[in-house]
Amino acid sequence: MSEVIIKTVNLNVHFGKQHILKNINLEIYKNEILGIIGPANSGKTTFLRALNRLNYLFKDYYQEGEIFFAQKNIKDINDNLLRKKIGIIFALPQVLPITIYENVAYGPKIHGIKDKDTLDSIVEKALRKAYLWEEVKDRLHTLATKLSGGQQQRLCIARTLAVEPEVILYDEPCSGLDPISTQKIEEAMRELKNNYTQILVTNNTKQAARATERCAFMLMGELVEIDRTAIIFTSPKDKRTDEYVRGVFG
Amino acid sequence: MCIREIKESVIEFFIKISGFIIILFVFLIFLFLLNDAVLLFKDFPLKEFIFGKRWLPISNPPHFGIVPLLLGSLYVTFFATIICVPVGIASALFIAEIAPKFLRNILKSFIEILASIPSVVLGFVGIVWLGPFLKDTLKLNTGMCGLTGSFLLALMALPTIISISEDAIISVPKSFKEAAFGLGATRWQTLWRVVLPSASSGIIAAIMLGIGRVIGETMVVMMVTGNAPLVPKSILQPLRTLTATIAGEMGEAISGSEHYFALFAVGLVLFIITFIINFLSVILLSRSKK
Amino acid sequence: MNLARIRERIAFTILGLSTLFVILPIFAIVFYIVKNAIGAISWNFILDIPRHGMREGGIYPAIVGTICLVLGTILFSLPLGIMSAIYLVEYANDNFFTKLVKVSIVNLSGIPSIVYGLFGMALFVIFLKLGTSILSGCLTLSIMSLPLIITATKEALEAVPFSFREISLSLGATKWQTIRYCVLPYALPGILTGTVLSLSRAAGETAPILFTVAAFYLPRLPRSIFDQVMALPYHLYVISTQIPNMPLRLSFATAFVLIVLVFLMNLVNVILRIQFRKKKQW
Repeated sequence: MSEVIIKTVNLNVHFGKQHILKNINLEIYKNEILGIIGPANSGKTTFLRALNRLNYLFKDYYQEGEIFFAQKNIKDINDNLLRKKIGIIFALPQVLPITIYENVAYGPKIHGIKDKDTLDSIVEKALRKAYLWEEVKDRLHTLATKLSGGQQQRLCIARTLAVEPEVILYDEPCSGLDPISTQKIEEAMRELKNNYTQILVTNNTKQAARATERCAFMLMGELVEIDRTAIIFTSPKDKRTDEYVRGVFG
Repeated sequence: MCIREIKESVIEFFIKISGFIIILFVFLIFLFLLNDAVLLFKDFPLKEFIFGKRWLPISNPPHFGIVPLLLGSLYVTFFATIICVPVGIASALFIAEIAPKFLRNILKSFIEILASIPSVVLGFVGIVWLGPFLKDTLKLNTGMCGLTGSFLLALMALPTIISISEDAIISVPKSFKEAAFGLGATRWQTLWRVVLPSASSGIIAAIMLGIGRVIGETMVVMMVTGNAPLVPKSILQPLRTLTATIAGEMGEAISGSEHYFALFAVGLVLFIITFIINFLSVILLSRSKK
Repeated sequence: MNLARIRERIAFTILGLSTLFVILPIFAIVFYIVKNAIGAISWNFILDIPRHGMREGGIYPAIVGTICLVLGTILFSLPLGIMSAIYLVEYANDNFFTKLVKVSIVNLSGIPSIVYGLFGMALFVIFLKLGTSILSGCLTLSIMSLPLIITATKEALEAVPFSFREISLSLGATKWQTIRYCVLPYALPGILTGTVLSLSRAAGETAPILFTVAAFYLPRLPRSIFDQVMALPYHLYVISTQIPNMPLRLSFATAFVLIVLVFLMNLVNVILRIQFRKKKQW
């Protein structure tokens, strides 16, 4: 494996009085697909959102420990720049009630790109990478809310890609989708593997087994185990991991 | 990148300032009223302002006793409240709980229309129709009296009372009602024994806000209550309120005169009364939301 | 049980009758004014200046004056109102200052209109030496309309889903960019309805303009923001109380025009709201 792109050191997270993440030490490598699995309420989503500081939108959020992105402490990186570099796909497809084109162009516009031709090519490129271009190229200027759930989620991926991130976080991206849509998203992820670091939080162990290269198991806010996906699913070191992947609980 | 951040902080600065400006306005209103009001008490004793029974601003020596004006305001407010509270709460109940949905929407838009009729139009109707009508039916000396004012003020307070009470009634949890139905109560028993008591603090707040509206209303009372600054003996007599006094006399008062300052003192009294009413009703409302 | 049913019938009838008591006067007043005004309404009445001590002619300057006041009021109160609402919804922390802002808004909404008039006179007319002028009147009216605009804007902003903000921020937008491109556009209809509503109130107000702008009789159009103007509500007050032997039909016609103006603004409001509901996509 290559260089480390994200590293957390003794990361502890609290919401009010609740201790959500406990001492997370984790290294994420460049251009890998890392899965994070674990039962509900084990802190997976919170961990994901800590990486681009989205948790700070909540009022009683409190965080200890350090997170490094490309060797820099993320505290020292401007939030907007950090979020541009580390994009996120939310659990439910969340598109803005504007056209497909405007949804994808929103990010680049925010970051100062005004030229129409440049925007056009960014939109097309992003939609192609998200495997959506063929389906929507004739109706770019219709409302994005008219798309199906799976298409909306791929539109969200395209929207994230349009701001040229280095890392893409997926927060249970297929939880509301049918198997075919899920398959398409996993395809897109595989295709993106060469140029992006991807972190996939999922409740679905089968998806993690299919789509990831390394996998981390979290339980009650603790990082129980992290290893190559094949190992996690065949011969994990921790008993709890073994029970979880075999479906004993969770 | 840098420009974006500068722009950001400039805008943020202005937005925060705007919150500050709102506070500043209230403070300034109080300050400007107080500033001119205290000048009255350089020469005129505060005690006589508060307890004086005569308001004779242009006699020699002038008298600035606020009692007749205060009583005038209290009289019309009291009678307006008596008229509009039962009607208002009853309508709120009807609109919230009994009327079918289409009727509810129609009724609510009528209430909105009522709220939007300018007070001066109501005053005009009072002069040309309600006043003469009351005079003839009740055999009064004049139709320009407290009662005419009270009727119109009641009409003006109704939208406030109805809409806020309706909110309070609607926000009573469904489970309360279902529990009552479950015990075999009729809809009316449920309304009377369960819904109304649960909504009571919201309804009281609605009444208080309505009263605040009535006390502060100017044009209607100035046009129809006869404007006699005497201690009123009956609601059927001409009287004069705090608001009408300011509106009616400020045009003639010479800037910087005792009279001028006395009118600011009246304004200050009004400010304080409405401040207290509003403050209390907001506390009640926030409690009812819990 | 039967007795309870009878009681219920009686009670519901009383509640229904009460509602009728509220609705009937509205009809009566509107009908009464329309019936008596209809003969006096003409283009001449609307477009002519008042003549012969206002006993003849029209009300053109008063209509123009009221429109000036409304437009001027929007100019001051809308930016400030929107910004303070944005502060409360998007920026405010739960601290003492925020509470103070909220209490102030409630307090502003309760202050009697005549007290606004006094304050406007003391601050704008005398202290800031703006004189009895359109400027003073608009400033006074705009402070008065602030609470309604702020409350409406606040509700409109709060109705925009949190996820919209999340999307925008997660793409690297700044807070202001998020508000500007991802919140305000969706709150706009709500803000507009609140604004129109507060303006329709401002158009009908008399007390705040008594000492700050309103002219008793000024049969010409304003030339600058430092001019006095006639205003419809004040004009109605004047002709119905201060002018002896005033022909009633002109008073009715004036009341009619004022009501129509205010109702038209309310109509705009209703249309906006319906449009908004149709277009709403989330």
